[in-house]
Amino acid sequence: MTKQIEEEADALAGAAVGAPGPQRRPLGRRVRSTVSAYGFMAPAVALVLTFFVVAGILLLILSFTDLQSTNFNDAWTFVGFDNYERLFTDAFFPKIARNTVFYVFTTLIFFNLGLALVLALVTTSIPRRAGFFFRLVWLLPRLTPSVVYIMMWQRIASADPFGIYNQIAPEFLGASGGNLYLGGSPWTFVILTNGFIGASFGMIIFTSALESIPKDLLTAAKVDGAGTWRIIRDIKLPMIKWPLLFIATYQTLSLLTSFEYILLLTNGGPGLFTTEVWALTSYSRAFATYAGNNQWAYGATWAIVLVAIALVLAVAYVKLFRFNELIEEPRIENL
Amino acid sequence: MTTIETAPPRPAAGPLPKSRQKMGRYFAYGFLILSIIPIVVGYAWLLIATVSFRTEGLLPRNAEGGIGGFTLSNWDFVFESAIWNAMVNSLLIAVFMVIGVGLASTSGGYALSRMKFAGRKTFLTGTLVLHAFKAEMLLIAIFFVLRFLGDIPIIGGFIGFNTVGGVALVMVALELPLGIWLMKGFFDNLSWDMERAALIDGASRFRVWWQIMVPQVRPGIAALSLFTFIVGWNAYLVPFTFTIGSKVSNMPVFLNQLISETAPVNWNLVAAVGLFQMIPLIIFFIFTQELLLNIYAGGSKGT
Repeated sequence: MTKQIEEEADALAGAAVGAPGPQRRPLGRRVRSTVSAYGFMAPAVALVLTFFVVAGILLLILSFTDLQSTNFNDAWTFVGFDNYERLFTDAFFPKIARNTVFYVFTTLIFFNLGLALVLALVTTSIPRRAGFFFRLVWLLPRLTPSVVYIMMWQRIASADPFGIYNQIAPEFLGASGGNLYLGGSPWTFVILTNGFIGASFGMIIFTSALESIPKDLLTAAKVDGAGTWRIIRDIKLPMIKWPLLFIATYQTLSLLTSFEYILLLTNGGPGLFTTEVWALTSYSRAFATYAGNNQWAYGATWAIVLVAIALVLAVAYVKLFRFNELIEEPRIENL
Repeated sequence: MTTIETAPPRPAAGPLPKSRQKMGRYFAYGFLILSIIPIVVGYAWLLIATVSFRTEGLLPRNAEGGIGGFTLSNWDFVFESAIWNAMVNSLLIAVFMVIGVGLASTSGGYALSRMKFAGRKTFLTGTLVLHAFKAEMLLIAIFFVLRFLGDIPIIGGFIGFNTVGGVALVMVALELPLGIWLMKGFFDNLSWDMERAALIDGASRFRVWWQIMVPQVRPGIAALSLFTFIVGWNAYLVPFTFTIGSKVSNMPVFLNQLISETAPVNWNLVAAVGLFQMIPLIIFFIFTQELLLNIYAGGSKGT
C-alpha cells in the first residue's frame, strides 16, 4: 500500500519536471549520474580494491610460490601445488584442524550464542536500569585494548602466589597452584577469554530483538498462566529466530578467522600446537620467525584454504538473510 | 477448546504468585553477579596493581611480604618520552581512522543508498561478505601491498611498511565494509523529499550531499567516529605486524613489548601503562554509555 503511494508520488514528481518514465532515462543523464556516483565511491573503492581484492589475489598467487626469508629478494618461483600438498600432509594438520573445530564450536555454543542468549533473557527480565547496568559491564571487555584484557586474564590464571584463581580453588582446574593458561587448563582460558568478548555482541543484538516483542503478547501469555519457561520457549525464542541465526553464522565466521586473543594469551602453546588454531598457524608461519625463517608462501596457503572455507559460509549467510531485500533499487534516480 | 485441555494443572491460572516472582528475581541477580565476577576481578586487579609494590591475588604486598606496599613509583613512566611517543602514534592512527573511515563511508554510503550505477550490487554484496569475516587472513598479502606502496616516490615514505601512515591506511580499509554499511543504513532512513526538491532546483549532487544530506546523518557520523576511534586506539594486531622498532609502535604494541621483552615482568608497571592507555576509553565509557551499547548493536548488524 505505502509502496504504491510512493510509486505514484514518484510518477507525479517525474511528470512535474517533464522527465520520462523511470524505465527510460536519456543516455546522457544516465552516464552523468554514473560518473558522479563513481566520484562518491572513489575513496571506498580504491581502498577496498587495494587491501581486499588485490591482497586476496596476491594471497592466492603467493600460495603457489616458495617465498620465504631465504629467497625474499629473488624473483618469485612457482612451485605448483607443493604448498597445498605440504599443508594436508603436515604432521600437525589433523591436530590443528581438530583444535579449530573444537575452539569455534565450544566458544560459539557456550558463549557467543548460549551465554549471550541467557544474558539477554535475564537482563530484559529485571528492571530496565539494572539490566542496562549489567549489559554495560559486559561490554567492558570489548572496549578494553586486547593487550590489557589478556593481561588481566593472565593475572587471574597465573601461578601461585600471584594468580587470583589459585587463591580460591587451586585443585579444581588441575594445576594445583601452577600456571593455568600455560599449564593446567589452557583451553579453558582460551575459550573464556574469547567467550567473554564474544558473548556481549550476541547479548546486545538479542536484547534489542527481545525488547521489540509486543508487550501485549507476553501479557496475554501470562494471563493464560504460561510459566517463564513456556514464555521463553513458545514466544520469545520463535520471535528472535532471525537474530539467533544471524549471530550463529556471523560468529562462526568471526571465530574461524580471528586469532588475536589466542596469539596474546598462549600463542598456540603450551608445548606443540596445544591451542593452535588454523588462523594462528597461517599467521605464525608467515610472521613469527621459526629460527628466523618467515614462510610467507606456506602461511599464505593456510590462509587461502581458510578463506575458501569462510567464503562458503559467508555466501550461505548472505543467502540466509535474504540479501536482495537489503539492496533494493534506490528510487531517487527515477526523478 | 484445545487451550482448555493444555492449560496448566495449576488450580488458579493467572500471573505467577508473588513469592515465585521474587525468587526468580533473586535468581536473575545472582546469575548476573556471578557472570560478571571475572570482569570485575580483572579490573580490580588492574586498579590495585597500579598503585602497589606487588600483588598476590588481589592483595597488595610490600617488600617484606606483608599487606600494604602502596606506591606511585609504577607511574614513573609518564616522565619518559617513549610512552608519549607511543601515545602520539596511537592518537595519529585513531584520528586518521576517524577521518578516513568517516569520509569514505559517508560518501560511499550515500552513493550506495541513493544512486543507481553499474557495479552497485556487486560492491554491496562484496562488502557484506567482507564484513562478515575478519580480514586478519589477508595480513600476509597486505604486507606485500604495503612494501609496494612504500616504493612509490614521495608519498611512499608515509604509507609504506613500518610507517604509522601505512598502519592507519590498512586499518581504515579493514573498517570500511562496516562503516559503509552503517552509513548506508543511516542514509536509507532519510526522507527523499528534500533531496529531490534540491535536485529539481538544479543543485549538483555534491552540493546536495554536503549541504543537505550530511547534516542530517550527523548522529550516524558521531557513532561511527566513536566506534572507529576506539578500534584505532586499541589496535594491536595490524600495528604489531607492520611495524618494527619502538619509534613507530603505538600504545598496545609498546605495552606488549614491555610484557614480552622483560623478564621477570614487572606486572605493576605494565598494569599502570595499561590503565594509562585506557583513560580515553574510561571517559567514553562513563559519558557515552547509551551510544556505546547502540553502536555495538547497530554498527555490527550490517544494516
